[in-house]
Amino acid sequence: MSIEIRNITKSYPGYTALDDISLSIRTGELIALLGPSGCGKTTLLRIIAGLETADKGSIILEDKDTTNLPAREKNVGFVFQHYALFRRLNVFDNVAFGLNVRPSSQRQSKSEIRDRVMHLLQLVQMEWAVKRYPSQLSGGQRQRIALARALAVNPKVLLLDEPFSALDAKVRLELRRWLRKLHEDIHVTSIFVTHDQEEALELADRIVVINKGKIEQLGSPQEVYDHPANAFVYNFLGNVNVFQGRIRNGKVVIGDHPVDTPHLLDGHEEKNGQAFIRPHEIGVSRIRSSESDLVGKIRDIRIMGSQIGLELETTGFEKLIEAEIPRDTWRNLQLNRGDEVFVTLNKVKVFTGDYEI
Amino acid sequence: MNMTLFKGKQRKILPGFGLSMGYTVFYLSAIVLVPLSTIVISAFGMNPETFFGAISSPRVLASYRLSVSTALLASLFDAVAGFLTAWTLVRYRFPGRRILDALVDLPFALPTAVAGICFATLYSPVGWLGQFLAKINMELINKPSGIVIALIFIGFPFVVRTVQPVIAELEPEIEESAQSLGANRWQTFRKILLPHLFPALLTGITLAFARGIGEYGSVIFIAGNLPFKTEIAPLMIMTKLDQFDYNGASAVAFVLLLISFTMLILLNGVQRWQQKAYQ
Ligand SMILES: Nc1ncnc2c1ncn2[C@@H]1O[C@H](COP(=O)(O)OP(=O)(O)O)[C@@H](O)[C@H]1O
Ligand SMILES: [Mg+2]
Repeated sequence: MSIEIRNITKSYPGYTALDDISLSIRTGELIALLGPSGCGKTTLLRIIAGLETADKGSIILEDKDTTNLPAREKNVGFVFQHYALFRRLNVFDNVAFGLNVRPSSQRQSKSEIRDRVMHLLQLVQMEWAVKRYPSQLSGGQRQRIALARALAVNPKVLLLDEPFSALDAKVRLELRRWLRKLHEDIHVTSIFVTHDQEEALELADRIVVINKGKIEQLGSPQEVYDHPANAFVYNFLGNVNVFQGRIRNGKVVIGDHPVDTPHLLDGHEEKNGQAFIRPHEIGVSRIRSSESDLVGKIRDIRIMGSQIGLELETTGFEKLIEAEIPRDTWRNLQLNRGDEVFVTLNKVKVFTGDYEI
Repeated sequence: MNMTLFKGKQRKILPGFGLSMGYTVFYLSAIVLVPLSTIVISAFGMNPETFFGAISSPRVLASYRLSVSTALLASLFDAVAGFLTAWTLVRYRFPGRRILDALVDLPFALPTAVAGICFATLYSPVGWLGQFLAKINMELINKPSGIVIALIFIGFPFVVRTVQPVIAELEPEIEESAQSLGANRWQTFRKILLPHLFPALLTGITLAFARGIGEYGSVIFIAGNLPFKTEIAPLMIMTKLDQFDYNGASAVAFVLLLISFTMLILLNGVQRWQQKAYQ
């Protein structure tokens, strides 16, 4: 089912949680809503599900205006951050709940319900837990039951509100990949809310970046990551060095270091700008490879796993530069704290205007 | 769980266990057990004939019947009213909520005789409410129904205060997911909320019931205390004491004590059985 979100606006006293949001989602797509905490992601999801009413705008599910339908008539599956399982019901009854509460004219027979529940438990790999109670399951297992419960009623769309954020890193990663695979199998139109950019990048067909109740960018993970629309998106999609500078004649001057910015050639007057450089787009070497290399000194080395983080002090820049290099490079160069190195800025992205982080 | 408290490792985490346990035992003994045991001892000290004679006289039996039935009715009513009040207090924000919340405790704080006099004035045929009731030929004074009204008042906070925290810990998301799955309000209440609140509700009902059986002060002013009609069991104790029939009084008291204890033990059993299923 496609989802059409039109001009949704929602204010709380003294605060605009959603500011004229429009978005269309294609059938079978998995969309990630990505944004910092408090930007309105949950509010949007709750409005789609009918758990909250919008001040303005409409929600259209497959050509049908469902804006004013109550939650129970929307047929939207909702997976909550903290599972919201029914504690007094066992796993079977949790998953069967949506099937059991149907009006008797539409209700399936007991054996049909049983088959459907077992099928779903198989899908989420939890058949073994059919008699357990939620309190006897781990967080990841509970969330899978919550997902099975939501899918049991064949929802038109599936809404997931930071479903993995309460889980520890390893389980989170596992479930993320598992969910991606599951989505490929069942292809239910889904909106996945997260504040974790990695999760969004890995999971989604398209990403919607939201900030302060507004959409900042919409695009495939690659588009959003490689061509961020603005400073906010660039900053939000991963670690980044930010430098204040002046833009003049197609060059941005950071400290006393000029960097070419061909996309900002327009106009001759000086403008304020900001340069963004991702840590892994900084090269470090023992020998000078070009005229524009900076000379830097290693202030600190952090071992982060497969990557090594370096803090570099350079003459031109007043702030320390954060760089990340592969572990092998680090080992080959035999870098130590205090060493002098040449620093290459491979990819600098400059945005004009003042933007506060 | 209790057993681990006695192990050395736990004692370090919870310092002062010995002291506080000793205090608890002493307190319970001095305030609760010793006075209660006098009743038990004197009941057992009686010869069986006096004992059974005292508790099986028709007048005493009638008073037991009255006390149990009015207390039961009142506690069931409290279950509904108390649940609704607790729900309102937890789930909604409205002006005056705090005041309402504080008022719930009034029956705890008010001397029961004061409550009794209030009821008597309020419901007398010329009282604020009584005059309207008189018009529809309904009278509460000197009637079992009046006793029920008084007991509803007395038992009300027990239900509210036991159910309220359980509602507070039930996330609204639980109901919302039920709604999302297509449940209507009644189904959400019946299949999700009620099972969740049932143990607390049962505790509240039991406490209100136990309190209702023993309630004296607020009832005697409104009941009229007519033998066989509106004479409650605690009043029988007073009557017997007035006649210096200490044995009889102890016997009646012993049965009341037995009812209270049975209720509490039953309650404990039900709660354990409930816990076992979900934890
Ligand atoms: N019921 C409410 N009353 C007042 N403000 C609210 C309410 N719900 C959410 N908000 C505010 O709306 C903003 C967006 O909230 P939310 O959608 O939960 O953000 P997110 O899920 O992106 O973290 C937040 O600033 C929050 O404080
Ligand atoms: Mg949220």
